[in-house]
Amino acid sequence: MCLAIPLQVMSIDGSLARVGASGLELTAALDLVEGVGVGDYVLVHAGYAIQALTAQQARETLEIFEKTEGSAGTPP
Amino acid sequence: MSRDDVILLGHGSGGRLSHELVSSRFRPKLSNPALDAMLDSAVLGDLALTTDSYVVTPRFFPGGDLGRLAVCGTVNDLAMVGARPLGLSAAFVLEEGLALDELDRLVDSMAAAAREACTSIVTGDTKVVPRGSCDGVFITTSGVGRLQNGFRPSPERVRPGDAVIASGTLGDHGMTVMACREGLALRGGLRSDAAPLWGLVEAMCDAGLDVHALRDPTRGGASQSLLEIAHAAGVRVVLEEAALPVRPAVRAACELLGMDVLQVANEGKLLAILPAVEAPRAVDVLRRHPAGRDACVVGSVEAGAAGCELHTALGSRRSLRMAAGELLPRIC
Amino acid sequence: MTPRERAAALLDALRRRRGRPLVFMEVCGTHTMAAARAGLHAALPDGIRLLSGPGCPVCVTPVGYVDHAIALSMLPGVVVATFGDLVRVPGSRPKSRETAFPTLVRARAGGADVRVVYSPLDALALARSQPNREIVFLGVGFETTAPAIGAALLRAADEELHNFSVLCAHKTIPGAMELLASSPDLRLDGFLCPGHVSVILGPEPYEPLARKHRLGCAIAGFEPAEILRGIVSLAEQADSASPRVDNCYGGAVRPGGNPRARAAMDRAFEPCDSVWRGLGMLPGSGLAIRPAFAAHDAARRFEVRLPEPVEPPGCRCGDVLRGVLDPAQCPLFGTICTPDEPQGACMVSSEGSCAARWHYRQEPSGEPQ
Repeated sequence: MCLAIPLQVMSIDGSLARVGASGLELTAALDLVEGVGVGDYVLVHAGYAIQALTAQQARETLEIFEKTEGSAGTPP
Repeated sequence: MSRDDVILLGHGSGGRLSHELVSSRFRPKLSNPALDAMLDSAVLGDLALTTDSYVVTPRFFPGGDLGRLAVCGTVNDLAMVGARPLGLSAAFVLEEGLALDELDRLVDSMAAAAREACTSIVTGDTKVVPRGSCDGVFITTSGVGRLQNGFRPSPERVRPGDAVIASGTLGDHGMTVMACREGLALRGGLRSDAAPLWGLVEAMCDAGLDVHALRDPTRGGASQSLLEIAHAAGVRVVLEEAALPVRPAVRAACELLGMDVLQVANEGKLLAILPAVEAPRAVDVLRRHPAGRDACVVGSVEAGAAGCELHTALGSRRSLRMAAGELLPRIC
Repeated sequence: MTPRERAAALLDALRRRRGRPLVFMEVCGTHTMAAARAGLHAALPDGIRLLSGPGCPVCVTPVGYVDHAIALSMLPGVVVATFGDLVRVPGSRPKSRETAFPTLVRARAGGADVRVVYSPLDALALARSQPNREIVFLGVGFETTAPAIGAALLRAADEELHNFSVLCAHKTIPGAMELLASSPDLRLDGFLCPGHVSVILGPEPYEPLARKHRLGCAIAGFEPAEILRGIVSLAEQADSASPRVDNCYGGAVRPGGNPRARAAMDRAFEPCDSVWRGLGMLPGSGLAIRPAFAAHDAARRFEVRLPEPVEPPGCRCGDVLRGVLDPAQCPLFGTICTPDEPQGACMVSSEGSCAARWHYRQEPSGEPQ
C-alpha cells in the first residue's frame, strides 16, 4: 500500500503545493512535511507529501523513469 | 434474473470480462465467418467493415478529444486488416443540455482527423436523449475500407521466428485519460497519442514487407492484443521488458497509480508481427513516418504453449495475463 | 551504473554466494507486486527464497469491513469514496438475495454512489462541493497511508466539514512482524522491511526483531535493484550471523522517521485491538478514530444493519499470509479461487500474494485466459 514517487515542488499555496517531474504534475498536500520550499523534492503518496528528499535521492528514482528503453530499434 | 447478471463497468474495459461478454452473449447468436474471425474489421471480399462507439470522459484531454478518437479508432481498425479507408459514418447520441460549442469543437476535431487520415465522413445521424440518459455525447463511427492486393495481415499467419515491432511509445493515451480523471493535471508530459495509422500501414505495404499480423493495442493494452494473437495463432509471444518504449511521464504516472503499462490503452500505435529478417527494414520504414519515429522491435515469437510472456529486465520470464476488469488506480 | 546494471550486479553477487539456504519475508503488498512484476522470484538463485507475508492491507482487512462499506454505500445520500484497491473485494457472500451486493463495484452497478479517488483530498473536495451528500472515505492501509487519512480528518474537523467521515480500518505492521517472528512454524532468516512505512516510522521499530529474535532486517525501496539490495544485505547479515536493521533506503528513510506524519496519525487515531484476516486478533495493532473526532467516524455516524460476517469455506489465506503455504499449493488456487471469483483475502486484492502469483506466474500456461 505504498505507491509513491519523488516530485519537485513548483509552487506553494498555503498547505498545498504543485509538484511535478518527468512531465507529470499534480497537487500535493504539505500537512505531513515541514520546511519544504519551491525547488525541493518530496515523496508523494495518495496526494500527500510524506518526506522531503534530497535532489540526489529524488534523481536516482526519477532516473528510472527517464530511461526510455528500446529506442535502439535493433532485434534483441 | 439474478442480481448478479448485470453489466459491470469491467465489461467495457477490453479485458477478460469484455472478452467473455462478446464470446458468450454476442457471438453464439450472431455467428458467421466474417464475425467469427474476430479481427479488428470484418473482411467481406476485398472490402472491410468496422464499427466502434466512443464514450470516454473526459471528452477533451491533451493530445485529443472524443471526436478525434472516434475518427482515428475506426480508421485504425480498418488499417489493421490492411484496408485503406473509403469513408466513415458518424452517429451521435447527444444529451439534452450539452453545450453547442462543445459539440462544435468535437465536430471540428473529427473533420481535421478525417483529413489527416485522407478520408471523409460521408453519412451520419443524430439523436437527442433527455438529460441524464447519456453522459454528454456518445459517438459511434463505422468505416468501410478496401483491402490492398496481396496484403492480408491476419493473426493465423504469425509464425515462430517472427519479430514483434511497436510503432512507438506505449501507454500514452490510457495514462493521459486516467490522469485527467484523477485530477492530475498535465503539462507537456502526458499526451494522448490518438492518430490515424493508415499512413504507417500503407508505408509497410508499399515497401513490400510481409506483415503477418497487425493490431492496434487499444483497450486492454499491448498485453491484450498480443494474447489474442498468440491464442489465434497457437504461438508463444515473448516481449523484452528492456525494449519496451515508454515515455518518462507515462512511466511516472504508471508508478504513481499502480498501473502496468502493458495493460494501458494506446490510440495511435500499432504492433506489427513479421519475419525477423524483415524487422530492421520495417523499423526503418516506420521511423521515416512522423507517426512511427519511436518504432522498435519489442519481442519475438516462439513455438510453445500459446500465450504471452515478458522476458524481464532481471532475466527471468513471467506470463502476461488479461486484465480482469476495469483498470483502477491503486495506491497500494 | 544504470538501474538495470545495478540489479544485474546484485543478482550476480547473490548467485556467487556460497552459504546455507535462506528464507526471507517481505511484509508489504507493494513489495509483493513489484517483485512479482519484475520476475524477481524466478531470478533469485535457488538458495534464496522471498516469502510474502501479511503486507497487503486489503487482504488482512476482515470481511465485515467490506460488508460495512457496502451497507453504507446503499444509504440514500451517501457517497463512498475509496482507493481503487477496495472496489472489487467481496464481502460476506449474501445468504439471501435481499441483503447487500457482494462488492462495491456491484453496489455501484445497482445504483450506489461509489467513487474511486486517488487521494483523501479528493474526498474532502467532494464533501465541500456537495454539502447535501454524506461523503464516507474508506480508510484502509498501514502507516504509509494512515497519516494522510489522519491529516484529512484533522482538516475536516478544522473546517467543520460535517459531511465528511472515515470508516477506519487502518493497521500497524510492526506487531504483525513480531507475531511472525515468534511463530514456531515459520523459519525465517530475515525481514525485508517496507520502504514507505519506514519513511513514516523510521528504522527503530524493527530493532527488537534483530535484537530479540536475531532476525536480520533490511529496509528497501521498490525498484528491482532496491529490493535486490535489501536481499543482498539480508544474506550478508545471515551469513555473518550479525542481524541488525540495515537502512537500504536511506534517502527517504531517516532515523526517527517522519515525526510530523506520526503526530498527525497520533492526533487523529488511537491504538486499538484489531483482527487481521488470517492472523486473528493482534492487540494494539489497529488504529481507531479518537473520540474527539467522533463526528467524523463513519462507524459511529451511521446506523446500518450488517450481516453476520461469513468467511469463505476451505480458504487457506491464513496460512498464505503467515508465509507457511505457497499460493500455488492452496487447493482452491486457480480452480475455485481466481481474481474474477476470489474466495479469500489473498486473491481479492491487487497486491495479495495469490493475485500476484496468478498475474505474474512464471510457468507458461496453455489455457486461454
